[in-house]
Amino acid sequence: MGAVLRNPKLWIALLCLLPLGRLIALGLGGGLGANPIEFITRSTGTWTLVGLMVTLSVTPLRRLTGRSDLIRYRRMLGLFTFFYASLHFVTYIWLDQFFDPAAIARDIVKRPFITVGFSAFVLLVPLAATSTHAMMRRLGRRWQHLHRLIYAIALLGVIHYLWLVKKDLTEPLLYGGVLALLLALRLPWGVAVLNAVSARRRQAAGRKPDVAKPAG
Amino acid sequence: MLIRLPNDIAPSEITPPEIYRDRRRFMQGMGALAAGAAFGIAPDARAAGAKLAGVRDSAYTLAEASTPYKDVTTYNNYYEFGTGKSDPARQAGSLKTRPWTVAVEGEVRRPQTWDIDALLKLAPLEERVYRMRCVEGWSMVIPWVGFSLSELIRRAEPTGNAKYVEFVTLNDPRQMPGVRSRVLDWPYTEGLRLDEAMQPLTLLAVGLYGEVLPNQNGAPIRLVVPWKYGFKSAKSIVKIRFVEKPPITAWMAAAPAEYGFYSNVNPQVDHPRWSQARERRIGEFRKRDTLMFNGYGAQVASLYRGMDLKKFF
Repeated sequence: MGAVLRNPKLWIALLCLLPLGRLIALGLGGGLGANPIEFITRSTGTWTLVGLMVTLSVTPLRRLTGRSDLIRYRRMLGLFTFFYASLHFVTYIWLDQFFDPAAIARDIVKRPFITVGFSAFVLLVPLAATSTHAMMRRLGRRWQHLHRLIYAIALLGVIHYLWLVKKDLTEPLLYGGVLALLLALRLPWGVAVLNAVSARRRQAAGRKPDVAKPAG
Repeated sequence: MLIRLPNDIAPSEITPPEIYRDRRRFMQGMGALAAGAAFGIAPDARAAGAKLAGVRDSAYTLAEASTPYKDVTTYNNYYEFGTGKSDPARQAGSLKTRPWTVAVEGEVRRPQTWDIDALLKLAPLEERVYRMRCVEGWSMVIPWVGFSLSELIRRAEPTGNAKYVEFVTLNDPRQMPGVRSRVLDWPYTEGLRLDEAMQPLTLLAVGLYGEVLPNQNGAPIRLVVPWKYGFKSAKSIVKIRFVEKPPITAWMAAAPAEYGFYSNVNPQVDHPRWSQARERRIGEFRKRDTLMFNGYGAQVASLYRGMDLKKFF
């Protein structure tokens, strides 16, 4: 029991469930406002975007801190992102379109922001499906190639948000900025910056620099 | 996830509007009393939530249930107080509705700057229950209080050059935190063709649910054009100008491909980015079909006879 409680994965999982818990609590207490379905759609969409950003920050954080063990939490963060994306998708299919296949098909073809959001979700599915150790082993190098799709997915997610807002672009641009930073930190000079900062920190702490290996 | 279907809620479970409002007024009253005690002033009968006297019934009623007062006053688009739906209810307290004047000017024989309290007595106040359809795809049913804009227009005596009417909203960064951001080109402006403005349905509203208009709903006086998307109904009006050329409205200037001058509710003409065929009535679970001219076709369709409504969206 003590070992379980000391496992950070348990705490990260509970943290990841907080947004869902909040939605349920608000729903039971009638706190979702005048347009509950809009609230749920927005909230699950927001947390999908946050999940994407957090998952994408694992690698830069590893380089910055030199703690390669952080990689252990990335799969779970990615799967929780997929979980919120699925909730978002189901909210749309069910509460917005009421399982009307013709209306959904028309929407996906006609509305650019739906097209983009739908594509992002479809692309997430193979990533979730190949997240197991067995699949990683089976796919080998191809696994890494496949999972680079996450960059495209995050970009589509931000565009999806950018195209749906009526006028105030502040929030979508905020996500766009964070994503641009996370992607830039993967470019050669971004990696160099992270490694240099990390090395200086270690020197200041009086330890030997140990440059983390790139891992996607 | 528990989603409450509207039908699951027994009428006995819903707080009746008058009790909800009483509680609200009680809270506000306590606040006002405290402020009054501090500054030696009495609570104001013209403040939001005060009962409007002498409101007559009108022929404009609906068989549809009115949207609860709480939803009408907490779910608002009023960008001068923030772009979030709950921002106006939280932030519009800073709007001062007295003293207030409305300038009537332009192509009229009798230009005049009305004091709001004189304007309120211009014509008998009527209750009118209208559908309100937002361009975003949701709708409400709201019991407004006011009088036909035509009452004011007749007194202004438009000249032969007056073809359009422009409405201008207050633009004061000290009272309106939202205008400090450049979301729209302030002041907010809207416009109608003169015959649209003269249509008896077109309302100058000063209240809702029998009470003085809450700030977040456009106090002290606003336009309500029920067959057009909600943004056409300009709030907190300070100027009504009669002009010869069609005015460029705030939303036309912001996104000309998405918002046209007419902006009539039309299920057949989609917004470029989303469908307008259906709408979610606030408080209802399933979406309902959007009606042509928001259900007011019998009164207003003739205004647009022979016009291509896809072109003049």
